[in-house]
Amino acid sequence: MAEFFTSQLGVSVGLAVFALLVLLGAVSYCIYFERKISAFVQDRYGPNRVGPFGIFQPVADGGKFVFKEDVIPGHVDKPLFLLAPCITFLVGFIVFAAIPWGGQWSLGGRLIEVQVANPDIGLLYILGVASVGVYGVILGSWASNNKYSFYGGMRAAAQMLSYEIPMGICILVVVITMGSLRLEEITVAQTDYWLGFIPQWNIFRYPLAFVILFVTVLAECNRTPFDVVEAEQELVGGFHTEYGALKFGMFFLAEYAHMITSSALIAVLFLGGWHFPWIPWTQLEATSWFAVLLKILVICGKISFFIFVMMWIRWTLPRFRFDQLMRLAWKGLIPITLSLFVLAVVLLYFGVERSFWYPLIGNVLVLAVALFFAARSRREVTGRQRGMPAVGGGSAGRTVSMGIPG
Amino acid sequence: MIDDKDILLIEEPKLTASERLFLPQIFDGMGTTIRHFFKSLVGTPMTVQYPEVQREQRLENYRGVHRLNRDEQGRVACVACFMCATACPANCIHIEGAESPWPDREKYPTRFDIDELRCIYCGMCEEACPVDAIELTPGHDLVGRSREEMVFDKEELLAIYDKTKDIKPRKNPRITGYPGTGNRPGAQDEQKEKHQR
Repeated sequence: MAEFFTSQLGVSVGLAVFALLVLLGAVSYCIYFERKISAFVQDRYGPNRVGPFGIFQPVADGGKFVFKEDVIPGHVDKPLFLLAPCITFLVGFIVFAAIPWGGQWSLGGRLIEVQVANPDIGLLYILGVASVGVYGVILGSWASNNKYSFYGGMRAAAQMLSYEIPMGICILVVVITMGSLRLEEITVAQTDYWLGFIPQWNIFRYPLAFVILFVTVLAECNRTPFDVVEAEQELVGGFHTEYGALKFGMFFLAEYAHMITSSALIAVLFLGGWHFPWIPWTQLEATSWFAVLLKILVICGKISFFIFVMMWIRWTLPRFRFDQLMRLAWKGLIPITLSLFVLAVVLLYFGVERSFWYPLIGNVLVLAVALFFAARSRREVTGRQRGMPAVGGGSAGRTVSMGIPG
Repeated sequence: MIDDKDILLIEEPKLTASERLFLPQIFDGMGTTIRHFFKSLVGTPMTVQYPEVQREQRLENYRGVHRLNRDEQGRVACVACFMCATACPANCIHIEGAESPWPDREKYPTRFDIDELRCIYCGMCEEACPVDAIELTPGHDLVGRSREEMVFDKEELLAIYDKTKDIKPRKNPRITGYPGTGNRPGAQDEQKEKHQR
């Protein structure tokens, strides 16, 4: 029995159970922190009645969801209606299987990966499973048999498919540079140093790809400013309008699970996963239980930071209009990521893809060209679409400027 | 048909380069929110914790639940003139008047009901009242278990006066041609003189 618990399988199973439990708790506390952060940003108190500082609020909310009447409207397609939240929930959680949590652990004389599974195609697995998430949204909207829910679902599908393209290309840039799809190998490759003190994190090689990946992840998680999928304020939830009680709760929790997953992915791809610079215990060679614990803490800290930034952005920015959102993806992000991709391939051809200066200079060049074109574009960013009739029907009337004088 | 010279065409403001690129504006906004975040984190937020902490009530002009004032001798001050019921845009005041048992007025209300759920709290009744008998108080936390319960009768309205007379005394201004009105020194004597005549 002890043999099992010190084997790779035993550690994997234990980690899976542990990660699932921790995740469920973390997800509900994400909602608590979302409410707290929104309150602080808006000079309010936030939840503070249930327990000290309101820390038992998620328990109360969960209890409420469980004990509410589980209504299934009469006009829905029942099997699909029930399947949709399950898919969304499941997809949000199984992505964690491929995230490397803490490098290697020497246990009972063997080196064991602190990871539920380390498949060769780790990154493809994550991308593939995360793409299934859009099914939850579409099935939910379709099964609701409500045309407004369906519109919400269509909007969601269009948005998620559009933003998956720049996201995929950003990840491809990392894959080309690192030469591996294994997340553990990608992490290990980032633990070296340039000049002895700059960590070889991908964020220093491709800062532009990092920013774009973060933006697309916001869109994939349906977070503000890309949350036209839900648009809580004016579209009343979009695809999950017909859902109530625990089924709605599953959609809600899945959104936060998706946030955590995406943050973990960004941390692994661009911020060196469990590696923290200048601390020897987070290097590849450190395999004691203390080092493993420290590595897990480091990656959790990185994930928390990204989640905080996502919430911070949510309570700062207004929502994009749908055509603006599409224009950003197709005319802004995709050309930039494609040029980054070309840059990565050219650097690979010359064998300098892992150097510090070449990718960085390339990034600066791409950014400069992009900004040049954006600033030169004379088309009104907020204006009416070309092809729509002019306001006021042409030459009639006087024209005044809406601008603030001075 | 709208005349051409009455049509105003509004041009959108020209965006500056930084506005066109979004990003500087976004970072500006994020700076503002993080500043508020840390201000609330270390200091005290703007809002108050309601049931424990209550803001100072605006006694003079807050329009909450009504009260029916008593005069100096503790009688209902209303003279059943129906001015408030006439002025009321929501038709929520119901008065039944009768011959007054007191010598200083002709009528008094035997019934005075206000449907607090119909009322829109506009304060017209308060303005219409010639003797300042009906007034609005700052009381805003009004609860009841049924619609019938929320129709306040004369006794309930007088009870609200008894509860709120210390924080908001009856205004009772002087009315021209009516001796004995107003909270002035000597008003009581004027009234007595009138009775003796």
